Amino acid sequence: MNDPIELDARRLFCPLPVIRLQNCIQQQPTGTRVRITATDPGSLRDIPAWCKLFGHRVLAIDEREVEFVFLVQKGEDDD
Amino acid sequence: MTRKALALISGGLDSMLAAALIQRQGVEVHGINFFTGFCVEGHTHAIRKRDRRREKRNNALWVAEQLGIKLHLLDVVDEYKDVVINPKHGYGANLNPCLDCKVFMVHKALAWIREHDFDFIVTGEVVGQRPMSQRKGTMPVIARESGADDLLLRPLCAQNLPPTRPEREGWIDREQLKNFHGRSRKPQMALARELGIEDYAQPAGGCCFLTDQAYSVKLRDLWDNRGRRAYELDDIMLLKVGRHIRPSAAFKLIIAREEGENNFLEGYKRQFQSIKTVSHAGPLALIEGEPLDDADLELACAITARFSQGRDADAVELRFSDREQRTRLVSVKPLDAGQIPRDWIIG
Repeated sequence: MNDPIELDARRLFCPLPVIRLQNCIQQQPTGTRVRITATDPGSLRDIPAWCKLFGHRVLAIDEREVEFVFLVQKGEDDD
Repeated sequence: MTRKALALISGGLDSMLAAALIQRQGVEVHGINFFTGFCVEGHTHAIRKRDRRREKRNNALWVAEQLGIKLHLLDVVDEYKDVVINPKHGYGANLNPCLDCKVFMVHKALAWIREHDFDFIVTGEVVGQRPMSQRKGTMPVIARESGADDLLLRPLCAQNLPPTRPEREGWIDREQLKNFHGRSRKPQMALARELGIEDYAQPAGGCCFLTDQAYSVKLRDLWDNRGRRAYELDDIMLLKVGRHIRPSAAFKLIIAREEGENNFLEGYKRQFQSIKTVSHAGPLALIEGEPLDDADLELACAITARFSQGRDADAVELRFSDREQRTRLVSVKPLDAGQIPRDWIIG
């Protein structure tokens, strides 16, 4: 399996981390994994919520002191 | 054939109801939300330390979850600058270019539906609800200038307006649309109850910093002192943070009010000159302007020291850093509150 695509969304406020993830994942084939690092606590809610709407899977959330790292896998239905 | 509509979702109640009404008629609805940089989405809470753990949500995403629709998020920060800087229809009470903004967003939505083969656009506008963008006279302006024309449907007040193409073609039933008008919120609240919507964000104008007087004063000051109407995303984010004090045309101080803001401003130290108290606990201050001469530096330090725990001390020591991170120590007597004229305080 390929390494995940890395996205840096630190110091961006929501919804920009979600927009970064959306714009990246739209260009990728199903099954692609993306690891995104954010610092806005709002991303803890917004990224999983957005993934759910489009059928993407949140494989892991690593909640650190000031950073949140999400590993997301692109689902099949993202029209 | 299932028709497809794109609903502009602000996160407030009206756009939620408009989308729900169309969804209820069997139309496939997607949402779209625009990030302009001025959106009020808990940014100050995300910065301030005491608020960081407070439960927050992006209201547009939350609405999409409630309705079970896909939400497309568009970063329009750069394109939106022209709307803010050169609004054809002017500003509202503050620097809010509401009519131009709506034209811009509907135009973007039109481009989106053409690209994605959708049939029409839905907004939560209500005739007579807002003094600038939602008057009977401006509704056709938005439809015409955006290019959407009769593909723009306002379900909450459609019965007060000429039938649009989705109504004429029978894609949706006009009889099931509404005839709301005016500023009363009661019809919306009643419809929310009817649709089983119990939780929604407080609506009406609260989603954009440009409608905020204090924010608009800071933006106007930024333009006046740069001698041109222009901004970058960092500029408009920084206007949401700290105390803004301008002692002269030469410089402005952005002084953190608490630890979270200190941490946020730290991220800008390479773009600005900065001052941090060292002998006492106190704020980080960014200095926006040209390199300071010694007199202005002393004044900037004395102001910053005023907001430190050494405000009553005979001397406070501060570290000044230039943009290249070269530092020097400066010792000053903090200004008294009365020595900071009111007209220096922008916000």
